Amino acid sequence: MTMPEPAPALSRPPFRHYQFDSAYDEMFEAPGIPRPHYRALFQTLLDLPPEELRKSQQAADLSFLHQGITFTVYGNSEGTERVFPNDLLPRIIPHAEWGKIERGLAQRIAALNLFLEDIYHSGKILADGVVPKELVYSCRHFRREMRGLNIPRGIYVSICGTDLVRLPDGSFAVLEDNLRVPSGVSYMLANRKVLKKVFPTLFRDYGVCPVDHYAQALLATLRALSPPSSSARHEPTVVLLTPGVFNSAYFEHTFLAQQMGIELVEGRDLLVHDNLVYMRTTAGLRRVDVIYRRVDDDFLDPLCFQRDSSLGVPGLFNAYRAGNVGLANAIGTGVADDKAVYAYVPQIIRYYLAEDPILANVPTYMLTDQSQRNYVLEHLDQLVVKAVGESGGYGMLIGPQSTAEQREDFRRRIQAEPRNYIAQPTLSLSRAPCFLEGEAQARHVDLRPYILYGENMTLVPGGLTRVALRRGSLVVNSSQGGGSKDTWVLRA
Amino acid sequence: MNDRRETTMLSRVADSLYWMSRYLERAEHTARLIDVDLQLRLDHSPDAGSERWLGLLQALQVPAPEDGSLDAETLTHLLTLDRTNPSSIISCVAAARENLRQVREQCSSDMWEQLNRLFLQVKSTASSEAGLLDSYQFFRAVQDGAHLFQGVTDSTMSHGEGWHYIQLGRFVERTDAVARLIGAHFNRSPHPLDQAVESEEYLEWVALLKSCAAFQAYCKAHTAELRPLRVAEFLLLNPGFPHSVRFSVDRIHAALSAISELTERKAGQPVRIAGRLRATLSFSQIDEIMASGANAFVDSIRWQCSQAHTAIHQIYFDYSVESALVA
Repeated sequence: MTMPEPAPALSRPPFRHYQFDSAYDEMFEAPGIPRPHYRALFQTLLDLPPEELRKSQQAADLSFLHQGITFTVYGNSEGTERVFPNDLLPRIIPHAEWGKIERGLAQRIAALNLFLEDIYHSGKILADGVVPKELVYSCRHFRREMRGLNIPRGIYVSICGTDLVRLPDGSFAVLEDNLRVPSGVSYMLANRKVLKKVFPTLFRDYGVCPVDHYAQALLATLRALSPPSSSARHEPTVVLLTPGVFNSAYFEHTFLAQQMGIELVEGRDLLVHDNLVYMRTTAGLRRVDVIYRRVDDDFLDPLCFQRDSSLGVPGLFNAYRAGNVGLANAIGTGVADDKAVYAYVPQIIRYYLAEDPILANVPTYMLTDQSQRNYVLEHLDQLVVKAVGESGGYGMLIGPQSTAEQREDFRRRIQAEPRNYIAQPTLSLSRAPCFLEGEAQARHVDLRPYILYGENMTLVPGGLTRVALRRGSLVVNSSQGGGSKDTWVLRA
Repeated sequence: MNDRRETTMLSRVADSLYWMSRYLERAEHTARLIDVDLQLRLDHSPDAGSERWLGLLQALQVPAPEDGSLDAETLTHLLTLDRTNPSSIISCVAAARENLRQVREQCSSDMWEQLNRLFLQVKSTASSEAGLLDSYQFFRAVQDGAHLFQGVTDSTMSHGEGWHYIQLGRFVERTDAVARLIGAHFNRSPHPLDQAVESEEYLEWVALLKSCAAFQAYCKAHTAELRPLRVAEFLLLNPGFPHSVRFSVDRIHAALSAISELTERKAGQPVRIAGRLRATLSFSQIDEIMASGANAFVDSIRWQCSQAHTAIHQIYFDYSVESALVA
């Protein structure tokens, strides 16, 4: 493509090497011309000596290191704890755009909850042929143990982090629903704390919606799930169940437990007796009413699911069945964020709510369909292929950046298990300026807002903007070299 | 409701706080011991070296290297930056940090940051080329780091149950370490008890006091004239000096009484053991103790201390479910 002449402002640091391509640029509507809501930040960056910014970045990095805001990388024995890279330049979202995101996500989560309730009870949507039966029943995350089970308030997904991307035309689309144990919200809060220190005046002048009430909203959501029998007895006891210190999101678990003022427990701290859940305290056993579990279904109860799990609590599922404990999220929600079921979410929304989806889906090829599969196999070098049950950027092929060998590997895997994969066009994610190597550089970003669903639906205005820090990379996951930046949703 | 919340503490968390504190105390003790020893060495002839090293290894309960090498560089490394030695300073600081990391939502973020910073500092010394060239700075930094952590803990954490487990860990470890040091020293240096020590032995006695951070405090109480009997009395029975055995045992007793009250457990065992130990130290006379041998006395203290440790473990950390359900 042809590069337009850079406007004068772009010839000055830190924008001297800032580049544009066909992707939507979050900051500039045209080279050198910032979008209205980015003008103040743009001016601030031009006025600031680059040295100042560099110092701020160092101070921020150091503060993350000292606070131990880290995540764990799997399959790497050396120094498995890593600091989650934070980028200094905020991503700014105007009020009106946020309003649409908010409505769209609320609609989506409401519909997905109705879907889960339906498939674990009468299965009307399957009987009506809107979603193919075999798709649901063949899903690895479908839990037949949940059939016919009534859960508190009928809410399956109480905590959700949906991944949105902005397409070249400027519209947001849903890339993935994370309905099992979404993580990252602690980085949203930590980034905000740092940015308030780095740009105090700018922050105040911008009129940014606060996000600090997230922990309280989360606690209220969890309390809403407590079994009716126990809420009459006393204020419900809520705990956060972590797989332990080696889990990649351990920092987040401790952070949220501390912010909410609840106990952080491991499987070995809990026990079930007579279908009641207790935690082992120095003062004896104490009843537990609600568990915010950050442990996958498979590992939750060795008596019911994976037998060799030592992370879970034997008998927990029976206590859940008996209605003596609330779980967030419910068991078996993974069926609704299966990447093949994802393709049907627009139909699911129409079916239950009789509304058109507010947020679009990304076009998705179903590989169980022969003609679609053939098309995909012929165009592997242009498409993105994802394993349906994976998350965190594992099990993915990015066609344009792949080697012939990798494509051959995926071709074999798809042919062996077509149900296990889907394909999508390679999206050109929007790009935002990031402060790297002492200057502003454009990097691809996505957006993960966090939705809470208890007594009410709560969307904290903001979210985690994840950044693909490697030049040209489209993968934003922290496990794959991603970072994050603060997200400012404007009040007006 | 509020009263109840104060008393909730997971057994695993209590266990981690206890051990975190023990490890940090151990790191501080080791740093002080080597620091004192290296300074003392400057006043000695070089050939007295290997015997001193053996004594130091023994005081820290670290087995001597199998190949019998006793040169200063190897041994300093073994005791400070060797991660394969579970008692080295770096291992202790790392273990303390790992324990705190597992319960970091229980402590203040200032505490975590302080301990994390100490760990990063020790780790960077271990990975830097210069290593321990400036050993004095290093030992100073470890001791300062531990002191700072204690100060931060005392001023930013609620003095509730968790804080008492931290106190407990620190003073159980201290009682044991100081008692061991006294026993070994009196074993090695038979000396008329009530006479000022001879000049060639003077430095050894100074080193003992300094190893317990007690030299200046002793001088204030008894002047710089060092008499073995007074040194023993000071280190064993002084009620006001924070590194004396009696002071430490008083703290153990106080912590256990507070915990027993907060948890409302009718579990007398640990408090009873600590109370008996406390009475022994409050009512014993130093000449009686020395008449039957310092060694026997400190052994009995260490034995009772380990009994208290076991009782704490059984009652608060690792009780059987059946007993808890009945209660």
